[in-house]
Amino acid sequence: MLDQQREVYKEEARELLSELEDSLLELEESPEDSELVAKVFRAMHTIKGSGAMFGFDDIAAFTHEVETVFDLVRNGEISVTKKLISLSLEARDHIRSLLEGNDIDLTKGAALVKSFQALVPSKTPAVEETPRTLPAENLSANSEAAATYRIRLHLVENIIFTGTRPDALLRELSELGACKVVAHTHEVPLLADINPENCYTHWDIVLTSTRGVNSIKDVFIFVEDDAELKIDLIDDGLSSDDELDYKRIGEILLDRGDISKEELEAILSQNKPIGQKLIDAKKVPQEKIDAALNEQEMVRAARQQRQAQDSASSVRVPAERLDLLVNMVGELVTVQARLSQAAASRDDSDLMAIAEEVERLTGELRDNSLNMRMLPIGTTFSKFKRLVRDLSGELGKKIELKTVGAETEIDKTVIEKLNDPLVHLIRNSLDHGIEMPEVRRQAGKPETGTVLLSAAHSGDSVEITIEDDGKGLDREAILAKGIEKGLISADAHLSDDEVFNLIFAAGFSTAKVVTGVSGRGVGMDVVKRAIEALRGSIAIDSRAGKGSVITIRIPLTLAIIESLLVSIDGDAYALPLSIIEECVELTAMDITNAHGRNLINVRGQIVPYISLREEFGIFDAPPTIQQVVITHHNHIRVGFVVDQVIGQHQSVIKTLGRMCKDVQCVSGATILGDGNVALILDSNQLAKKAEQMAE
Amino acid sequence: MAETESIDIHQYLTFKLDDETFALTIGKVREVLDFTTVTRVPQTPDYMRGVINLRGSVVPVMDLNRKFGMAHTDKTVNTCIIIVEIDMEGETTILGALADSVQEVLELEPDQIEPPPKIGTKLRTEFIKGMGKHNDEFIIILDIDKVFSAEEISTVQNVFKQEEVEA
Repeated sequence: MLDQQREVYKEEARELLSELEDSLLELEESPEDSELVAKVFRAMHTIKGSGAMFGFDDIAAFTHEVETVFDLVRNGEISVTKKLISLSLEARDHIRSLLEGNDIDLTKGAALVKSFQALVPSKTPAVEETPRTLPAENLSANSEAAATYRIRLHLVENIIFTGTRPDALLRELSELGACKVVAHTHEVPLLADINPENCYTHWDIVLTSTRGVNSIKDVFIFVEDDAELKIDLIDDGLSSDDELDYKRIGEILLDRGDISKEELEAILSQNKPIGQKLIDAKKVPQEKIDAALNEQEMVRAARQQRQAQDSASSVRVPAERLDLLVNMVGELVTVQARLSQAAASRDDSDLMAIAEEVERLTGELRDNSLNMRMLPIGTTFSKFKRLVRDLSGELGKKIELKTVGAETEIDKTVIEKLNDPLVHLIRNSLDHGIEMPEVRRQAGKPETGTVLLSAAHSGDSVEITIEDDGKGLDREAILAKGIEKGLISADAHLSDDEVFNLIFAAGFSTAKVVTGVSGRGVGMDVVKRAIEALRGSIAIDSRAGKGSVITIRIPLTLAIIESLLVSIDGDAYALPLSIIEECVELTAMDITNAHGRNLINVRGQIVPYISLREEFGIFDAPPTIQQVVITHHNHIRVGFVVDQVIGQHQSVIKTLGRMCKDVQCVSGATILGDGNVALILDSNQLAKKAEQMAE
Repeated sequence: MAETESIDIHQYLTFKLDDETFALTIGKVREVLDFTTVTRVPQTPDYMRGVINLRGSVVPVMDLNRKFGMAHTDKTVNTCIIIVEIDMEGETTILGALADSVQEVLELEPDQIEPPPKIGTKLRTEFIKGMGKHNDEFIIILDIDKVFSAEEISTVQNVFKQEEVEA
């Protein structure tokens, strides 16, 4: 049980740490933002508090030192400096290593503690003060629902004699949660009659707290005998489906016994706001109405807040369970296709109707379950901020990372696999792209270089671009290197695109000096392969002196794709629908007119095509009218000649396994409605072949 | 591997390729299927017949006849797909092997098995685990891991690629 809780704590702490990192980096940019300081403090505080609770004493002790400093920052006694941020980031890394229990560097921890302690001005007593707020208060705050209580407090007149201070009681009460107090002063006598040591006031308090009724009672534990205390639960904080509105003012007063039913009804027959009427009628003093109004307001606010929380609530589910769900949905999609096919062949309208219903539901189920695995890509973006910050310091450059579209959602597994390639590309931009500050100044650019990382949906894929305003790719250097490595012949005339694409060739690196950051020559080809493994594509564009743009396109999900089924010599093949532009006919006439060149005229544009029959080594005579499926790949249009276009298909992607791993042109397989297997064509590979043939 | 063999060592599934009887140790066999539609995979060696749908997973099917240099297996009522588990670089891989007909499950005691002959078979000797004797008939016991080892597959594919280049 405890282990499980520790796991939960770890999970939470991990999240808090990444939040902390974000906040710290933001804070660096706007050091005056007190909201951010508070956020950092809260994160630290929670890590410490719950750490201590679950036995992570080392974390609690260490975090305490950091928290102390941020408490001072919060109170404006220390200002946010770059040094403080760097220290805090290091501290955050240290907490992380403590949490994971690996590469714990105790001397580093001790050094960090010293540095933090050095930041605390010795005169402040804050070090002693903070532990008081340590324990689990923060934990339970989130775990229990906030209930609203009505407390009516009548103290005996001579209460001050006994040493009790009513104000202290009320303050203590207000520490339990949001609290509104109305003092009833109508019993206070005229000044001449007043005994200054008597307490004439009584109070109506409305408190919204998560601590439960016992902690309220605890506040009054020492005055129990000397007080008339009434605590009523007026909103249990659990039911959120009841309406936002709370009782009407008259009902509240009736509840409290401040008015009798008859009186209320008599007043109700008049036509003013009930509170005003009651005051006018002198049935209830003004304070009582105020207290009742307070109650109404508090409960409404509490319920409103809870509704907002409820709607944003989430459930933690292990990733494997989601994967399992998606797998099962995949099976279901396959079975549904079979059902539709069987129904269509049976000419039974009832069965057809059922099949259509199942099809609709399956579609929705598929979309929903795939959506569950979607995460905003921003989770990786924030990691890069740290990367850029650390690296630019290391390289002595001034670089700012801007991100756009962090909320773009993409499949979890895709995000995980994107991380390494993106790290590599950003490192490259920083190392090779952005110049040193002096160089930039001389070139008339701002000293601080910018790397823009953006993500956006386009069709059923996500486009991620990494854009820098550095020096751009060196066309001549790449060309020279390409010739040296024997990748191209010395007299080849290459377009800019072709030259830039050389950097994706294996073993290509133009950096003259191998730095710690990049330039080990295992760079871009690995990136390209990783992207292609995700069935994505990568392209680079660059202008000398202006910078480079790298564009990555990744399909939204790896599990199910929309595809177009085609047939070639009786076998079905699937092509990803996302790359398809249109289908046109190819007649024997067209072929003769092209004089042996594989080119087709699509509304005035010449598009190269390849015959998949020839590609697959099928040499039987093709049908007289074939179809060309026109696809686009990084702005290049390529046609694939097939026998027939069958139609659209939801393809659940299956791997072909190790036996077929060397098969080019095929990226997977899918199961059709009739139980047969159709191969999914790897359009990238095919397009490459087409390009080579066109040359 | 030694352990699984000691458990199942006496039981063998026999099947026919052309008119010769072969056997596989039962521990390697997962199930036997009737011949179903096989989807061709382009650009694969010709002993690879294609892929089938095995209850939702895609499994490659190999033509043992072609693999051993015999004629292409023609489809008859008796044609079967034997689903085997092979050990490929430490990972278990499922694949189907096409057989002209499946015979029976036999018990062969170790003394009924002789080491593979050095000469006299059409097969490469490393594919053969031993020669079993049953009712005066010789049964070739295959080492299926060797037949479809990663090396085997890649050498054949390289040959195939070369052919392609030459063509």
